[in-house]
Amino acid sequence: MGTRRISVTVDGVAYSDDVEPRTLLVHYLRERLGKTGTVVGCDTSNCGACTVHLDGRSVKSCAVLAVQVDGGEVTTIEGLASGGELHPVQKAFHEHHALQCGFCTPGMIMQACDLLKDNPNPSEQQIREGIEGNLCRCTGYQNIVRAIEAAARAGAEAPAGAGGGAA
Amino acid sequence: MTAVDETTGTKEFGRSRLRKEDARLITGRTRWTDNIVLPGMLHLAMVRSPVAHGTVSSIDTSAARSSPGVVGVWTGPELAGSEVGLPCAWPITPDMKAPTHPAVAQGTVRFAGEIVAVIAARSAAAARDAADQVVVDYDDLPVVLDMEAALADGSPLVHPDLGTNENATWIFDSAGAGTGTDVEGVIESARSDADSIVVERRYRQQRLVPAFMEPRSTVVDPTGEQFSVWSATQVPHFVKIFMALVSGVSESKIRVIAPDVGGGFGGKLQFTPEELITFLVARLLGKPVKYTETRTESIQAAHHGRDQIQKLTLTAKRDGTVTGLKVELLADMGAYLGLVTPGVPILGAFMFNSIYKFPAYKFVCTNVFTNKTWTDAYRGAGRPEATFAIERLMDTLAHELGMDPLAVREKNWIRNDEFPFTTVAGMTYDSGNYEAATSRAVELFDYEGLRREQAERRARRDPVQLGIGISTFTEMCGLAPSRVLGALSYVGGGWEAAAIRMLPTGKVEVLTGASGHGQGHETAFSQIVADQLGVPFEDVEVLHGDTQVTPRGLDTYGSRSLVVGGIAITKAAEKVLEKAKPIAAHLLEASVDDLEFADGKFTVKGTDKSKALAEIAFAVFDAHNMPDGVEPSIDADATFDPDNFSFPHGTHLCAMDVDTETGETTIRKYVCVDDIGTVVNPLIVEGQVHGGLAQGIAQAMFEDARHDESGTLTTATFVDYTLPTAADLPHFDTDRTVSPATSNSLGVKGVGEAGTIASTPAVVNAVVDALRPWGIDDVEMPMTSQRVWKSVQGREFDPSVGARDSRDGDHEAAPGNGAPLWGAGESGGAQ
Repeated sequence: MGTRRISVTVDGVAYSDDVEPRTLLVHYLRERLGKTGTVVGCDTSNCGACTVHLDGRSVKSCAVLAVQVDGGEVTTIEGLASGGELHPVQKAFHEHHALQCGFCTPGMIMQACDLLKDNPNPSEQQIREGIEGNLCRCTGYQNIVRAIEAAARAGAEAPAGAGGGAA
Repeated sequence: MTAVDETTGTKEFGRSRLRKEDARLITGRTRWTDNIVLPGMLHLAMVRSPVAHGTVSSIDTSAARSSPGVVGVWTGPELAGSEVGLPCAWPITPDMKAPTHPAVAQGTVRFAGEIVAVIAARSAAAARDAADQVVVDYDDLPVVLDMEAALADGSPLVHPDLGTNENATWIFDSAGAGTGTDVEGVIESARSDADSIVVERRYRQQRLVPAFMEPRSTVVDPTGEQFSVWSATQVPHFVKIFMALVSGVSESKIRVIAPDVGGGFGGKLQFTPEELITFLVARLLGKPVKYTETRTESIQAAHHGRDQIQKLTLTAKRDGTVTGLKVELLADMGAYLGLVTPGVPILGAFMFNSIYKFPAYKFVCTNVFTNKTWTDAYRGAGRPEATFAIERLMDTLAHELGMDPLAVREKNWIRNDEFPFTTVAGMTYDSGNYEAATSRAVELFDYEGLRREQAERRARRDPVQLGIGISTFTEMCGLAPSRVLGALSYVGGGWEAAAIRMLPTGKVEVLTGASGHGQGHETAFSQIVADQLGVPFEDVEVLHGDTQVTPRGLDTYGSRSLVVGGIAITKAAEKVLEKAKPIAAHLLEASVDDLEFADGKFTVKGTDKSKALAEIAFAVFDAHNMPDGVEPSIDADATFDPDNFSFPHGTHLCAMDVDTETGETTIRKYVCVDDIGTVVNPLIVEGQVHGGLAQGIAQAMFEDARHDESGTLTTATFVDYTLPTAADLPHFDTDRTVSPATSNSLGVKGVGEAGTIASTPAVVNAVVDALRPWGIDDVEMPMTSQRVWKSVQGREFDPSVGARDSRDGDHEAAPGNGAPLWGAGESGGAQ
């Protein structure tokens, strides 16, 4: 099977790799780069567990081919904290018990960042609709909503950069 | 609720400590089984049957074998060890029919999704490419999917060698058990007694998928002296034992590790074909092997839950006093038996009577084989089914008698002054306060206000009707007293083991056999130990999920971690202090009788002479100055076997807006007040309740594992199997009352399953309550918009139906007020 060379920056590091055209971004991240913080929860792009930021916007990395990110910049959950400081959304998830098993958490946090970027002061309903593409089986979502509200209050969106925003 | 993270105060118990385990999970520094990569590791893909019942007439694996990167391909007969039956640990009756359950089909498939061939290749993608090239021909056999059809004469047999589709019939009769009278006689007299009412209903518990977010994954490394097995499991200790028994490899040569595990909900309480296959291939090839399922495989072939037909007969006096309950169940086993498949409905046997004082009770459950994925534990396992039935019945009884549904419950429940109370099912409830929980819930909910609004909207025939649903549940959890499990023919015990290692630097390692997967064990157990040993919370490390670290353990399910595993930890901590005391006395040159332990140190009473536990930990490490005959260790092990189950309870109230023109249902308010005894960490408890509610509400409103007539699961993706999203669920108003358990030293009760068990009937009761004016008595779950809309089509609206006496009013029956609902479960209910 033929391959194609891509150049991509992931969590601030530049990579250049040969990939099969069919390789999904999530598989490239996990299997080639060892970015196993990003996980696969389904095969129909319903669960959102694999959500990352591509050029500053959230994408489900199971619905993007690795070749599509050539020249792009990807931020995963592993690159969200900066300078040893958690991103305000990460912090809020911890402080509001917004995770239990934690499997959906990377995608949920990445989506929450994107949501706050679009709408820095969302209502509860806007938050619920904004994370509708991310499934959680443990929390009933209530504390996730609380965490995102708290992150919004803390101004999580303010310093967001192209890579998804490091505080 | 605000998360508390005070740095002052030493008392940990009862404090909303933020979770220790979060730091890794929020930064992606995780070890899910699928993350594990080992040198030379091979990957498996499964070829699964698309037919629900058939014989494999031919398998052509030649193309797969020559596919790039393929190392091996095996059909069932070719993979030695795959023919050995997977275990069922719960033979519920001596004559139970148990089929052989091969890991790979040995010529016949019995459900769609069963494995027929296994591929090993150098990458997961290569293995899947090859799996697509395996050509299998099947000769279709007749499929049986419906439980009643499966029991009918002449039905196709799932296992012809068993001669029947009946797995077993299990009976509890209060007359025979001496816990009550003969319910058949009670029902007979009630039928001819003008002062009595007989309520007969048939309810369907649909089939559900546990749908943990992390797909199951197993890695087996055969390259060490021991086989190392990593698996996304709730039960590493079970996996170790059964892997040894089934593979024939010595148990001492197997180490099982449950690393980070992404949810379970009973769905990972299993020893799976995929685990065994991965082990067999790794053993055969001598190389590390990984198998990770796809979501579709997970939904198709990981075990399902629920799936019962419930036939219920309740008798009562016309003043609302219940007199008898008869439960006849059909429970769908699916095509095979998993670890506890036949026992799941039996766990409900003791809970149909719930919090009510029935004088007569009978439970008859027939387990049935069908050509579907096998069922097994799913959050609540048997108890949600029971709670659903009784709470639906109590609402129905109230309606039939024109009483308020809370009043009819209150008339029958065990009063607070009656505890401990031995029920008609033979369980002794240690503590509870149904009055307090209900009173608090009613207040938070504004029950009377919502009833007034309901009456007003009914009177003006609002197209969006308001329904109020109630569930005053209890459940039995904290599985379990070993001798009770033995009496129920379960092959294992119910104890839990713990150990405490005092490190030379004064830090503490707590080892628990309860293997967590999202419950917050590390945090809650640290809090308990910090208090007991007087050490900082941060100095306690909780280790679990590795049979080499915690050789003894019975794992996590049945809301048992705290009430069994947590108590074992307290016993181990007590032993640490017992062992430390004579050493402290020796070092302080005092008598042990003169020592007292507080705040992490032994002090000679009336003096300021003391030795901290950390100092004693170092003293046994250097062991320079030990008392004669005392071993230089203060580490301790303990095993705790509970005397009784745990009986959490609570009152759940649901207000539902039902748009009768579109069928759309919207939860407007959900209030629950749970009583789970004393609480170690309120933050974690609240999270457990929220998640439990979501799953129980999902059963009522959203989820359904459906098959077409050929036995194909038509809901095998998250597109079709509709887990609720954040936008589908309401904000929950939760509160607690506290009736400490008397069955354990901490006063704690289980909470993991409570929300799921309680919420389903509250939600269904709410929708039915809204639709009463149309004569609706049931809406089958999940209550989709279509079902709700269809239920009222062609029906007349009668606003007087559903009107009830006030909660404090005269509870006499109001004949003629209730709708003529006999049989409405069949003809009037939306199906």
